[in-house]
Amino acid sequence: MNATQSATAHDVVIGLEVHVQLATQSKLFCSCATRFGAPPNTLTCPLCIGMPGTLPVMNRHAFELALQTAVSLDCQIAPFTKWDRKNYYYPDLPKGYQISQYDLPFSHDGHLDTYDPKGNLPVRRVGIIRVHLEEDAGKSMHDEAAGKSDSLIDLNRTGTPLLEIVTEPDMRSPAEAKAFLTELKLLLTYLGVSDCNMQEGSLRVDANINLHVPRNGETIATPIVEVKNMNSFRAVERALEYEAGRQWEEWQATGQKMGDVPKQTRGWDDAANLTRPQRHKEESSDYRYFPDPDLVPVVVSPEEIEVITKSLGELPAALRSRLESEYGLSAYDSDVLVNQGRSLASYFVQVAEACGNGKLASNWIQQDILRLLKERQETIDDFPVSAAALADLLRKVDQGELDTSKGRDVLGGMIDSGQPAEDVMLELGIAAVDESELTALCEQLLVENERIVADVQAGKVQAIGALIGQAKKRNPNVNPGRVREICLQLISKRA
Amino acid sequence: MSLSREAVTKVALLARLELTPEELDSITSQLGQIVDYVQQLSSVDTEGVEPMAHAMEQHNVFRADEVRPSLPREEALANAPRHNDEYYRVPAVLGD
Ligand SMILES: [Zn+2]
Repeated sequence: MNATQSATAHDVVIGLEVHVQLATQSKLFCSCATRFGAPPNTLTCPLCIGMPGTLPVMNRHAFELALQTAVSLDCQIAPFTKWDRKNYYYPDLPKGYQISQYDLPFSHDGHLDTYDPKGNLPVRRVGIIRVHLEEDAGKSMHDEAAGKSDSLIDLNRTGTPLLEIVTEPDMRSPAEAKAFLTELKLLLTYLGVSDCNMQEGSLRVDANINLHVPRNGETIATPIVEVKNMNSFRAVERALEYEAGRQWEEWQATGQKMGDVPKQTRGWDDAANLTRPQRHKEESSDYRYFPDPDLVPVVVSPEEIEVITKSLGELPAALRSRLESEYGLSAYDSDVLVNQGRSLASYFVQVAEACGNGKLASNWIQQDILRLLKERQETIDDFPVSAAALADLLRKVDQGELDTSKGRDVLGGMIDSGQPAEDVMLELGIAAVDESELTALCEQLLVENERIVADVQAGKVQAIGALIGQAKKRNPNVNPGRVREICLQLISKRA
Repeated sequence: MSLSREAVTKVALLARLELTPEELDSITSQLGQIVDYVQQLSSVDTEGVEPMAHAMEQHNVFRADEVRPSLPREEALANAPRHNDEYYRVPAVLGD
């Protein structure tokens, strides 16, 4: 039996610690580039490799991106914030301390609501304890060459601006943790504060997890375990599923409560599908924080927060509900469009506004435009058909001038030639059939096909198909759906 | 003396310093003197005085987000006791 689904009810309690690299050009305290993938140790200077006598100066843009993120997470922005030294000794940390924030982080007490378009998960308001700004460390890797037991250090990443986002233990399942991360990443992507690339380490997640077990009217908390080394949101979910099961078994075997044993750190092994205890660094948890005398504090005024707030633009949650309320989209459709990013969502809004049919615009963008973008390997910003031009085409589809299949042909022509729908239709010999012309044609067909009319009147509506076939023979440009509608209307008038 | 041998042992471990018993004795005594010296500040009455976050009154010192050339790798690695022309070489780092 899977222990997480055990009949005995217990809560799984999860809190997350997310590190996000900010999308600045240069590092937090020096002017070295933050570019990923440069040859090792080519993006360093005396400051970021910890030479004596150097002094850090804060990157204004990094602080602005940090503020934008915190404001978007509904955090309180501290009017006064300072930086502290977190002291520990590690080869990828050349100064012997990391510049971080301890007792006066620049923001605290925010929240973010999880979202599940399928409605399978409850909307969970996840509290944000704090968001603070710190510098990243370098990277160490084991030297496998010649069996030497050395480690190799690349300090390119040292000093890259890093946001640490710490949540309350508010999530109650691994799926909720994944939903939170998905929503957080979407928000950060909309803000453009980070590229959130987990493979390149721009977004890193650690999780704290334990169980709350009801017993004799009390709730017993089991020891908290910190899980590390998860390289995708899916891995986070799987690691937490495994860990919840493992902790339940351990609780049943040992009955250990929080405080009975020191906090444990475990690493996720994705291939083996399990977590393993990591080496205890109990000594190193004594970080001896103290204010960094090299950096002066930062004061943020309410006016500055106001300016930041106004600059944020529409954020995913608000955009989703607007697409639903203003354009009649389902939760699923609005989620798909919003997940494509700000540019595509705004393309949709422009098309929907101009063609007047949000549902139609959503269908075309999801079925055709997204497929085309994938095939052409381009983003909506480079797509040759503007929102206005697509709206023009969709108006013709909406009014029955074109059916979906002809509409697709026209769209193809618009992409190839860059011409508007009207011109492409001329070129392809697709003339819009005038409504009165179409009605006349339908009347003619009814006169010529009394038997079909009688069949339809007798309830065999599918007989109308033969009329549509005849109509297309006489004029290939007719819209079959519209022929069907008009014929049915005329027949019902006769009855 | 305000500093115990145990405290110095712990600080030495945190700084990854290996001290002989003799060194531990002399450093405990030297560090203790420094701590005692600084301890004099405790005699000042700070009742009602706001703690300072920084010795200077200045705040909000920023620079623009502009890239400037980094050190040539050769120079960056020049002071390292060991390197392989690309990376710094250090004794094995275990785990994560
Ligand atoms: Zn640098």
